[in-house]
Amino acid sequence: MNASDFASLSAVALAARIGAADVTATDAVDASFERARSVGAGEDSLNLMLWSDRDLALRDAAGLEAGIAKAGKGGRLAGVPIAVKDNIATLGLPTTCASKILAGYVSPYEATAIVRLREQGAIVVGKTNMDEFAMGSSTENSAYGPARNPHDVRRVTGGSSGGSAAAVASGVVPIALGSETGGSVRQPAAFCGVVGVKPTYGRISRHGLVAFASSLDQIGPLARNVDDAALAMEIMSGEDPFDSTSSSQPVGAYRDQFMSIATNPAPLSGMKIGVPEEFFPENLDPGIRTLCERSVDALKSLGAKVIDVKLPHTPLAIPVYYIIAPAEASSNLARFDGVRYGLRSEEAKSLRDLYAITRSKGFGPEVTRRILLGTYVLSAGYYDAYYRKAQMVRALITRDFGAVFGDGVDALFTPTTPTTAFPIGGITDPYEMYLSDIFTVTANLAGVPAMSMPIGRVAGLPVGGQIIAPHFGEAAMFRVAYALEASLGPEAHQ
Amino acid sequence: MAVTHDDVRHVAELARLAVDEDRLDHLVAELNGILGHMDALGQVDTKEIELAAFAPSDSTPVRADSSGPLKMLAPLASFAPSVKDGFILVHRLASHEDSSDRAP
Amino acid sequence: MSTDRYEMVVGLEVHVQLKTKSKAFCGCSADFGAAPNVNTCPICLALPGALPVLNEKAVELASRAALALGCTLNKVSVFARKNYFYPDLPKGYQISQFDQPLASNGKLRIETSKGEKTIGITRVHMEEDAGKSLHDRYPGETAIDLNRSGVPLIEIVSEPDMRSSEEAGAYLRTLRQILHYLRVSDVSMEEGSLRVDANVSARPVGQKELGTKTEVKNMNSFSGVERALDYEFARQCALLDRGEKVSQQTLLWDANKGEARVSRSKEGSHDYRYFPEPDLLPLVLAESWINEITASIPELPADRKKRVADEYKISSDEIEQLTVTPELADYFESTARQSGDPKASANWVMGEVQAALNASGLSIDELRVRPADLAQLIKLVRDGLVSHAAGKKVFASMLETGKPAAQVAHDESLLQVGDDSALAGWIDEVIAEHPEEAKRYISGEKKLQGVLVGFVMRKSGGKADPKRVNQLLMSRADGG
Repeated sequence: MNASDFASLSAVALAARIGAADVTATDAVDASFERARSVGAGEDSLNLMLWSDRDLALRDAAGLEAGIAKAGKGGRLAGVPIAVKDNIATLGLPTTCASKILAGYVSPYEATAIVRLREQGAIVVGKTNMDEFAMGSSTENSAYGPARNPHDVRRVTGGSSGGSAAAVASGVVPIALGSETGGSVRQPAAFCGVVGVKPTYGRISRHGLVAFASSLDQIGPLARNVDDAALAMEIMSGEDPFDSTSSSQPVGAYRDQFMSIATNPAPLSGMKIGVPEEFFPENLDPGIRTLCERSVDALKSLGAKVIDVKLPHTPLAIPVYYIIAPAEASSNLARFDGVRYGLRSEEAKSLRDLYAITRSKGFGPEVTRRILLGTYVLSAGYYDAYYRKAQMVRALITRDFGAVFGDGVDALFTPTTPTTAFPIGGITDPYEMYLSDIFTVTANLAGVPAMSMPIGRVAGLPVGGQIIAPHFGEAAMFRVAYALEASLGPEAHQ
Repeated sequence: MAVTHDDVRHVAELARLAVDEDRLDHLVAELNGILGHMDALGQVDTKEIELAAFAPSDSTPVRADSSGPLKMLAPLASFAPSVKDGFILVHRLASHEDSSDRAP
Repeated sequence: MSTDRYEMVVGLEVHVQLKTKSKAFCGCSADFGAAPNVNTCPICLALPGALPVLNEKAVELASRAALALGCTLNKVSVFARKNYFYPDLPKGYQISQFDQPLASNGKLRIETSKGEKTIGITRVHMEEDAGKSLHDRYPGETAIDLNRSGVPLIEIVSEPDMRSSEEAGAYLRTLRQILHYLRVSDVSMEEGSLRVDANVSARPVGQKELGTKTEVKNMNSFSGVERALDYEFARQCALLDRGEKVSQQTLLWDANKGEARVSRSKEGSHDYRYFPEPDLLPLVLAESWINEITASIPELPADRKKRVADEYKISSDEIEQLTVTPELADYFESTARQSGDPKASANWVMGEVQAALNASGLSIDELRVRPADLAQLIKLVRDGLVSHAAGKKVFASMLETGKPAAQVAHDESLLQVGDDSALAGWIDEVIAEHPEEAKRYISGEKKLQGVLVGFVMRKSGGKADPKRVNQLLMSRADGG
């Protein structure tokens, strides 16, 4: 199987061929490593992969092949190479969250999501670059340097799951895992021209996902097409006794509807799609606006009724997010103290020093800033005005969605980001960087599922369209996405 | 609510982060900048949310007492920086006087 | 004495380890005494990505304790993070409960030399224990063992209702006994399954306003708590007398020196930044479950004492001893029922049994002589087959050999003969052999009874039941 074959095959198709022993898992792994080598080479290295172990991956591949030879089947992702964001615990490869404080740390247990993917035959080929501890929107906050956008190597991939988005966009893997707290799968997916999904909060187990903001975090898949993303979602989703916040809601068979959509001229008839006015401000980039309008036209032609809706508390989302997320993070990151794992300061002469020096040397500036901010908003005298208030406003944001969805709207359509990928080093003001999450953050705060899919290019750079659905409404979300993807066809990448 | 230098020093201490004095100005400015945007929240009427009864239906999932431990596929010594006779070691607390001295 | 001018006000916070098999938030064993760090896992080690899941047994035991202390169980309670740094606190926060605890508004009735009093209980909440830090094992280092990290605790907070160290001691003893009866904890201060922090202040007698309180920690016995309270109260009174103010501080009790000194950890660094634990949902207790737990509460000490006293006609002095633990009370009751002789059972339990426990250090449940065995011995003595003195020997052998009473008595020739015809035979022989003494006895010289009994005892090789011999001789003298 040559490199371009590999880069163009969907995960579904690849798994079918490997399951049928038409192509071997070893071939797929080799092709993935070859592709990774070529995009990782030289000055323009995409710097998307932090840790990988070819021998380990080949051993996994050989094991899978033996299993297929014996039992005849290898799982729904048989032999499919996947890349995993470095904040998700895997056996055999480090999990460092792109931070010096976890340099060299290899987890002695694996995330539930990884276990489930492996059970279906997936092969982990590497851990991807990210913003340190998932704090960032560009993957520039990595201790290992920024990842580069495959469409323009002088530009960011977006973040924090930038490495995973680049891995899919550049053909290293057909599926990669990222994580979301404020848009960290959808935004890089939009910047890199791939599909990225944030499940309903509680849909996928957080066991093994290094916590940033516990009430917001979710693992999410990135893929080159909607079908592959939906498959990964089906496999990973479901209740986990190791995560008390995971939901017991049954997991839908999201892909069952795809066949009938493909043959249906009006697959979205009967559906009402809302377009929230707060996501189309006057100063929205005109190129992005045009592409969104084109997609809305496509949705109409697919039979959907499109109406204007309001999510009035949207402008409060960034302040609310940047109080809640850092607050929870300041507590979640207290365990990184040099005592039981990870970096431990050699210079420290006392326990006090051990903590302070380890943490100050181990955490980068954005992480430090957020821990300070988070500690401040939780501290005595400020808790009510900041954290508690923010949680109440969050409830108002959630109600906005409830009101719209409760009124018969099946899904929302919006742009994923206000801009296309900006230059590396182009944004230095922290608050300006936070604003790139403006269209994604409300879905995290409300816990509703949302995804980004390619809807076109502006000046050659990818633009993402976002679909948001009600809690546990992934089936409706995928329905809209699949139909739109088919309708746009190659235009989505032009 | 303006953040002062002392606030940042205090919060850094709570978070066990050593902040260089020369970075302090910069951090104070940054934090004030960020928090300035948060002041809008103070204006939002959240009375309705306050009054809405807190009546969760689902209780936190529970685990049976004899469910058995989560296995580690590598031992503590494989990732802990300093282990001796099974204990994890750190520098002796400077403020310590007897075995009971601990934070609350 | 300056302390006479002031009133002591005491509130106690008691931490109790719950007796579950596994920890509060993970499946690791909660057992005591394992090698360091063997009972750990990603969750209680706070490895990146690990999450807590609540132990249902911990909820059950905590709820039972709260109900037995007269508290109202809150239908909804919320777990919260208490954030601070310490090497044996792996997550950098403790999962506890803050403004929505498991239970509130309970009470405890105590008895002191001044009479009965009710002490209010403000709240009972659930939390997890931290690990252990050993500061003196290796020079220059602190050794951390996280076996205890994550073990479930309840914290019982009293109202500041106690007015003397005696009341505080009574509160603690009563509380411990109740918890022991509930079988929710080992409640041992020595083992660390029960820990006490005391809050104490002084105010001029008659003043309504409370004085500034200090916190005293590190006591490792109830009497230590009493001494620490007296010490600290005296110190505060002396300060107030000099016109000085009491500063709010934490002090550590030094049992060896008999004094409390200020803890070095700084005030103000204790901003715990509590917020609701986002990794857990609220704990919602169903009405039906609360009813089940309430129904499952066993007989508590106060009720047991009353019932045992009434049922078995035991005096108030003895009742305390017999019911000090539920296991001992069970033992006594079982023995009393099986022997049919509560009075004798009480004597044996408070006497030989207690002595055996003291000497061996065993617990009553570990004692080889079980109630059925003791009951058999009691019956033998009551029926005259074994004298009381011999009975003690039999008991000692039963402890050693584990053999039943009758067998031991037989094997060691401690059986008395109480059979009238055998006794009559020996009496006849003695009368025949000692006609002079016999005649004088029968005609009225009562003091010769002892001599004749002695002859019978010798003749029987010590086996005759002396009581019965006395009776038979007497009836002969009376014309039988």
